[in-house]
Formats: sequence, C-alpha cells, structure tokens
Amino acid sequence: MPTLIDNRPPEPETRTAVSAAARAKGKGDAKGGLYKPREPIYPKLVHGKWRNVKWALLIITLGIYYITPWIRWHRPDGFPQQAALVDFTGRRFYFFDIQLWPQEVYIFTGLLVMSALALFLVTALFGRLWCGYACPQTVWTDLYIVVERLFEGDRNARMRLDAAPLSFDKIWRKTGKHLTWLAIAFGTGGAWIFYFHDAPTLIRTFWTGDAPVTAYVSCFLLTCTTYIFAGWMREQVCTYMCPWPRIQGAMLDHHSLQVTYLGYRGEPRAPHKKGLSWEGRGDCVDCRQCVVVCPMGIDIRDGAQLECINCGLCVDACDDIMTKMGRPTGLIAYDSEAAVSHRGSGQKARYFPVRSRTIYYALALTIVSGLTLWSLLARPDADLHVIRDRNPVFVRMHDGAVRDGYTLKIGNRTFVPQRFDVSFEGVPGARLSHPGGEGQHVSIVVPADQVVPLRVFVTAPPNAELDASVPARFVIRSGDVQAEAKTVFLSGAANPQ
Amino acid sequence: MAHERETDHATGVETTGHEWDGIKELDNPLPRWWLWVWYACIAFSIGYWVAMPAWPGLHSYTKGMLHQSDRANVGKELSALELQRGQGAAMLRTASLEQIEKDPKLQAYAQQVGQSVFGDNCATCHGIGGTGGKGYANLRDDVWLWGGKLEDIQYTITHGIRTGAEGARMSQMPAFGRDELLKPEQIDDLTEYVVKLSNRPADAGAVARAAPIYETQCVACHGVDGKGNQELGAPNLTDADWLYGSDRASIRGQIYAGNGGVMPTWGGRLSPETIKALAVYIHSNAGGQ
Ligand code: SF4
Ligand code: SF4
Repeated sequence: MPTLIDNRPPEPETRTAVSAAARAKGKGDAKGGLYKPREPIYPKLVHGKWRNVKWALLIITLGIYYITPWIRWHRPDGFPQQAALVDFTGRRFYFFDIQLWPQEVYIFTGLLVMSALALFLVTALFGRLWCGYACPQTVWTDLYIVVERLFEGDRNARMRLDAAPLSFDKIWRKTGKHLTWLAIAFGTGGAWIFYFHDAPTLIRTFWTGDAPVTAYVSCFLLTCTTYIFAGWMREQVCTYMCPWPRIQGAMLDHHSLQVTYLGYRGEPRAPHKKGLSWEGRGDCVDCRQCVVVCPMGIDIRDGAQLECINCGLCVDACDDIMTKMGRPTGLIAYDSEAAVSHRGSGQKARYFPVRSRTIYYALALTIVSGLTLWSLLARPDADLHVIRDRNPVFVRMHDGAVRDGYTLKIGNRTFVPQRFDVSFEGVPGARLSHPGGEGQHVSIVVPADQVVPLRVFVTAPPNAELDASVPARFVIRSGDVQAEAKTVFLSGAANPQ
Repeated sequence: MAHERETDHATGVETTGHEWDGIKELDNPLPRWWLWVWYACIAFSIGYWVAMPAWPGLHSYTKGMLHQSDRANVGKELSALELQRGQGAAMLRTASLEQIEKDPKLQAYAQQVGQSVFGDNCATCHGIGGTGGKGYANLRDDVWLWGGKLEDIQYTITHGIRTGAEGARMSQMPAFGRDELLKPEQIDDLTEYVVKLSNRPADAGAVARAAPIYETQCVACHGVDGKGNQELGAPNLTDADWLYGSDRASIRGQIYAGNGGVMPTWGGRLSPETIKALAVYIHSNAGGQ
C-alpha cells in the first residue's frame, strides 16, 4: 500500500492524544511483561448503502455455501447424484455437468490463477474489495457480530456489559452468545464435509457414528477455527495472519479507489454548533462515528493504513452525519489518492480506471480464462495416453518386419461402457496386435468412467520403406466418442540389425 | 552501537537502544496471543515427551506411553504385505497358464511379478528389454528356437538349456571344423549354401558343391528347406534372425565350432508360480505363439 504518501492532516494534536492514551493503556497492561493484550473493538451498527451491500453479500455467499451440497443432479445409477461433489475415494470431482479426473488438476490450477488475477484486477481498480465484502473471515465475523449484538446489544451496551461485574444477566448473555457462535461454527464445519460425501447419507451416518473419520476430524477442525477466528481473533487474523493484505498492497497505486478521508475538505476538524458558520473550518465535526463503526478499530482520518479492509462502513457512518449536518456527503468516500490530492490543490480530478496495470491484469485474466474454458470444452469424452516402449525401441521379426510396442491408457469418461476401436495411423499396412486381438484395428471394452491399460504391438510390413522415425498417431473411436494421441514409429532404418 | 534507550519522537515509543545504520527498533510489546501460542507449544512438548519415545538413556531410551516404534510398524506392514502377496501367489499356483492369460486382473498381476523377476534373473543375459544379443536369444521377436507357446516357454525356463539337468533342452550342433568332420573348403561352400538359404546372393558354384554335404550333414536337424525344427532346437536358416550373426564370417564360425549357449535350470530356484508369471510376462511381451 502506498502508505509513504502521508496525507494526514498536518496538525496531529488529537491523534497524539489518542495514541498516547492507547499507549499508556498498552504499557499499563504490559507492566512487567513484554506482551500486549488485544484491545477490544466494539463496532457500532451502521446503516447505509455499503452496509446494505454487505448484508446482501452476506446472505448470498453464506447461502451458496450452505445450499450447494444439497443440490441434486441426475447421473446414471452407481454415480453420485450430487451436483457438487469432491469424491476423494473415487478420485473424481463433480460439478453439475462437469466431471474432472485427477489428471485434469490443471483446470483447477487455471481457476486458481484466474481467481488470483481477478483479485489483482479488482484490487488495482477498487482496492481491497475482496477483504471488505467477500472474504470468509469478514463474512463470518460479520455474522458473529450480529449474534453478539443480539445478545449483548450495540456498542455502548456491550462496553458497559464488559465493564460490569459478574451478574446473572451478564452470564446468560455471554453463555447464549458463545453457544450460538459454537452452533454456527458447527454448522459451518458440518456444511463443509457435505461437499466430500453424499450429503443426505452423511447427515444420517454422521449421527450414528458411521461416517468416515475424516468427516468428524474436518468438522471438528472447522468448528474450532470458525469459532476462534470469527469469535475471538477477528481483525487480528487480517492484521497479523493473513498474507493477502501484504500481496494486495503491491496491486494498489495512486489511482486505485480506496476508502479515503478527504483531508482537504475535512480539516481543520472541530465540533460544530448548530447555526454557526462553516467558514474557515473543515467539514469533519470530529464526532468519531467513522472510528466507532470500524470493525478493524482504526481511524481512517489518519490516512490509508494496512488494517483497512475497504469495507465502506465508515463511509456510511460519515454520510449519515454529513446529511444531518446539511453538508454534502462523501467526506469519506471511495476515492483515489491522485484524485484527492488534485482536488485538494484546486485542480480538476478524474478517475483513471484504464491504466497499464489494469490493462495487463485484464489481458492476463482474459487469456487464462480463455485457455481454461477452452481446455474444459475441448476435452474429449475419451482419454488416451500413449507410452512407447523404450527398451527395446523396436524389434525385428523373423521376416524382417519391424515391430514397436506401446502401452495405451484408455479412459472412458462417459457413464456407459464403450467398445473402443483402436487404430494406428502413419505407417501404411501396419498391423496391431495384443493378447486377444489382431488386425488393422483392435477393439477393447472400457467400463464406464474408468481407465484401462492396453499393450499393443504395431508391426510394419516387411520391406516397408520407412524413415528411422515415422510420426504416427493412435486413434480410439466408439460412436462419436473419440480421442487421439501422437506418437512415433521407430523402424531402425538408419541402423539395420 | 548506541546503548542508551531513548524515546522516538515520531511515535512516542521507547527504542530498544540498538541502532543499525541509523535505524532504531521500537520497543513495542508483542501481541499477547503470541505468548499463548508459546505456552501451548511448551504444554504440547511435555505431553509429547510422556507419550512418545523421547529421552536417550545410557543403554536405552524412554519408550513413551503410546509405545510407538517405527521398527514395529515396518514389521507390521511387511507381514501385511506378505499376506497380500500370499493371495496372489496362491492364485497363480492354482490357475492354469491359459486362465492367467485370459483373466485381465491375474494377467496384470503376473506381468508385474514377471517383470520384476525378469529384471532380477533374466536381464543379465537377455537384457532389461529382453532383446538378447549375440548368443543370447531375443525374447521380444517372434522367433522361438524351442517354441513360443506358453507351455514351451514355461518348460524352457523350468528345465534350462544344456545344463546337464534332467529334462534340460539340448540341441547338438556338431563342431564341423574343430572336430575335423568337414574340410575347410567344404565349410566355406556350406557357408555360401546357408547364405543362399536366407535368400541372399551367393556363389552358385559353391552352393552346388555344398548341396550334397548339406543333405548328408544338416538336413536331419535343419530340414530339406532349412526351416529348422523346434523340437530339436534347430534354428530356421531361411529367416532374418541369427543368434550368432548373419555375416559370412559368423556363419562360418558357427559351422566350424557349433556354439551352443547354456540357460540355467530355474525350476527349484524359482517357485512354480513365479515361473508361471515369468512365462506369461515373456509370452505377452513378444510374438508368443
Ligand atoms: S476504515 Fe472504514 S473502510 Fe477501513 S476497515 Fe474501517 S470502516 Fe472499513
Ligand atoms: S464520521 Fe465524518 S464527521 Fe464524524 S469524525 Fe468521522 S470524518 Fe469526521
């Protein structure tokens, strides 16, 4: 993040006071020790445009997460009827009409590269939107705060409760909160395992003790991590543990949109009494609403900082205050550093979404998505791999004919058995043979959704005029299911026996 | 290095008093969770000492409450493997050669066993790929001195060739030159005759002179047309496959000395089911008949 540009207000009085106080508190706690406890953050509920977007995304993302494994999908008998399934034992991945085999792991790689590039592009354009809106850590923390508010009330009530001595009221509120958190955590861990097994079966066997050990272990681990990460650690995950903020910093430049406090407009800040003039002062009334709503516990008026996840809650809070004050909204806004400093110095400012880095990211994203999509669509329903014998590379027969040996791995991706007709192209008159078959073509039955190895010998007719190495290919066909693989036929013409 | 601690005035935090090239480190406290992780590690390691083998002693070491031993684990895995292999061996023992070749699963298993046994025992002479060399039969082509059916191959492996053991394959090419059965010029003529048999240009005069010699000396084993005889292990002289070489010098040398290699008797050294697997492996990797 370009934090080296310091557009903090020049007069740091309040700031010094605040941080000195915070420091005193920290030191006080660390007396005699080197360790500092987490300073609790009590984000206040805010209403507004960005909060609504966050609600919507919360519902959508959690909805997708919980519902997906329950979507049924018709496949022939013996195959899973679940739309999204990672089948480790069968070594298949099912996603609606797409079925992936282990060797197609590159499609996942493509997806991961696409996600990374999309993240780069979005970040270069709009800052850390992923962090603020879509990251599971943010979403679950948000959900946990809803529960917290339900039991303990909003910011002030929570602070009062924490400071109050132990009482029946405090105990039941705290217990209720933690139990609900644990229930959500368990639901999260529970939902995860449904992606790896048939969901309706698993939900039964889970309670009867017949589910695989991995299901219990995964469920337990995810329950723990959800509860600890979203309940206890919260912003500390983003600030101390997560690598994304560090990486994303490299995507941002002065033209990226980020949640920014328009210092030139807000300063000098001071409380404002109704009816007084706004002449000679800034729009910020120092109400600190932007600070109290921030889930990261920072003051955005200090400028861009590592902790800010670009969630826009401070924007909503400040817009609300500005409206009440009768001042234009947008004192805190999604804005670019360049635009802010231009406007600050009285120039016209524009937003530049098209910049060299966004062009590169978009280009790379288009190429990778194109390639991934193409490799997914161009994938045949049959799978053919050819391994040539290396020792011997060829064998001379009694009549002078030359024979090469190959091992074919024939995969049938369809859900019905296929009788594949195997042919060899490139050497005129070549004959194929394998234990149990011989001719210009040989055939082999491959059961549904399986790979079968086939040893094939290809014999070139005696006296065939062949180069030492002849480019050739194997073709397998069964109705309109077909695949081919390139190989070579070595004849040893250059060094006769 | 300056050692007095001072207060950094940008942040108001004390420094550690260390300085590197003008850079000073602030003495901020570490987060407390860090401390907890450290305590947790200590607790874990104590549990680990108790549960797992950990401390060396003078003669032995602490065994740990879980009695974990890698040695014992390997032992267990080995006996499990033995058991697993035992099943395969039993299947190979009871199935006939044809049954093995027909059943794709058994075939694949026999192939695996055969391949590793071949590498250990046969590759020394026949090469890893089985293509042999001068004097060592090529097992990958379609030429078989002693027959290429599954049973033939199994028999050859079990009994060997010219080992002197009972039932061993035995072919007796006389050493026409060394034992002075034929005169050198007759051997020269016979060489031309053999070249002619394999459809190559040869000296017509020599061929004519050799015809009666071939008839009396060679026909019994190699046949009138030179096609050989698998029962006797007599090679076919009309094809393009030569165990001891196809040029005139090689052919002449073979008539002169009547070389014959020895293949060990594997019966008794390898179990019958291993030999079956080997036969299946060799058969399916070549033009087995
Ligand atoms: S400063 Fe504003 S945008 Fe940044 S994390 Fe806090 S509330 Fe969200
Ligand atoms: S909410 Fe707006 S007016 Fe209030 S302190 Fe923050 S920036 Fe100033």
